[in-house]
Amino acid sequence: MQNRKYERGFITVIYADNAATTKMSDVAIHTMVSVMNETYGNPSSLYRMGQRAKEVLEKAREDVAGLINAEPKEIIFTSGGSEADNQAILSAAEIGRKAGKKHIISSAFEHHAVLHTLKKLEKNGFEVTLLDVHQNGLILPEEVEAAIREDTCLVTIMYANNEIGTIQPITEIGAICRQHHVLFHTDAVQAIGHLPIDVKAQNIDMLSASAHKFHGPKGVGFLYAKKGIRLTNLIEGGAQERGRRAGTENVAGVAAMAAALKESAEKMEANAAVLTQKRNKLISGLQEIPHGALNGDAKNRLPGNVNFCFEGIEGEALLLLLDQKGILASSGSACTSGALDPSHVLLAIGRVHDVAHGSLRLSIGEDITDEEIEEIIRSVKEVVAYLRSFSPIWRDLMAGKKSFIL
Amino acid sequence: MALYSEKVMDHFLNPRNVGVIEDADGIGEVGNAKCGDIMKMYLKIENDVIQDVKFETFGCGSAIASSSMATELIKGKPVAEAMQLTNKAVAEALDGLPDYKMHCSVLAEEAIRSALEDYEKKKNNQ
Repeated sequence: MQNRKYERGFITVIYADNAATTKMSDVAIHTMVSVMNETYGNPSSLYRMGQRAKEVLEKAREDVAGLINAEPKEIIFTSGGSEADNQAILSAAEIGRKAGKKHIISSAFEHHAVLHTLKKLEKNGFEVTLLDVHQNGLILPEEVEAAIREDTCLVTIMYANNEIGTIQPITEIGAICRQHHVLFHTDAVQAIGHLPIDVKAQNIDMLSASAHKFHGPKGVGFLYAKKGIRLTNLIEGGAQERGRRAGTENVAGVAAMAAALKESAEKMEANAAVLTQKRNKLISGLQEIPHGALNGDAKNRLPGNVNFCFEGIEGEALLLLLDQKGILASSGSACTSGALDPSHVLLAIGRVHDVAHGSLRLSIGEDITDEEIEEIIRSVKEVVAYLRSFSPIWRDLMAGKKSFIL
Repeated sequence: MALYSEKVMDHFLNPRNVGVIEDADGIGEVGNAKCGDIMKMYLKIENDVIQDVKFETFGCGSAIASSSMATELIKGKPVAEAMQLTNKAVAEALDGLPDYKMHCSVLAEEAIRSALEDYEKKKNNQ
């Protein structure tokens, strides 16, 4: 897969923002184009091309289901991870409401697709417990268990965090939920295609996924919902997806997603081994920068995720200067999002505002080279030192007028 | 359209008047680390005319560009004129800022004013 570099003018870039989105794989692009060219019929149509489109759709459903050990009927194709999160949570809430159970357990650093949906439910009489994610960004299964009440209708915990990459003890949490007969949903957007998932063995009742995080197209994802869970529709209007999601199916996108997931699953082990080694090299290189700190547990993290805070600088300026050097990354700084507060994830692991503004996320892809890792380390060191050279905070820290946080 | 104008990018990538004036006649610092923006301005003033100005900024691209542009706008100007500097003038000179970044230009105006007030205070105490 030649997805590492693309030409922009004369600059070759190093793409280190795979947690934001990934480049589509050749097999996904090929699959998508061939479906668009040859099988463009509506899967609901009676003629043969329509029925062929239906076959493509159902084959993709089988493939996706097989890769997470689910049944094809348990897969609903959606527009992406956010829709899947919304539908999973609202469905569980509706089931809970009917049974007089209006308590939901989640964590403080979930994706906004989860947190904002929970906020909405709170306004409608639900009670939400957000579990502590601790300094290392890991949820404790025993704290999940302790939070479960008689009226708990759902536990929703992300598989791996999108900013700091920490991998949650999903198997343990699944076992606890099953034991207490509480529905368990996991937002696996960052994990699927990168970590092995078995919904049966891990007792996962619902799972959300998004194609563009594993080299599939944007605008496609899926929701896995265990047989017997009654889903609430977000979109009404037709009998597609067995009546659970109306709208003509994105056949080409779905087929491309299945192709991308299949390839990711095949290469998962080999990719993880390579990425982990490169990630650790990147982490040790960046640890040489004084008054910086790795965010999230060093071991229990996604193979491609690196996230640091650097004291005395602001993240947006850091990103813009890295972009000038051809390195594409991301930050949890308030200024990168137009928000007033820095990332809720960094605040949840106890980083104070002052240092949370100076965060940098590098999410590397499997074909990054050692030279590129070294180039990233060199560039980040250079840019951090440059920004500190005219930072009034850094001056005060160095003069001893303020004390270092990191 | 790009997030920032070419002018903003130019002042961010090649900031003018960066640094410190050791024997400054007026120093102003505004903002706080919690919000992610701090600007510090140093002025050298002779006969009520700004002879030199330097800045240090902790903040995003537009905060650095706004500081840089603000120093350009007041350098060589009489104190009374510099006092009239508005955030709008800073933003316009940068060919505009995104709405949610306008506060960066406000901070630049406040930093200049704070440094000028510090100068006036020191002058009156002499």
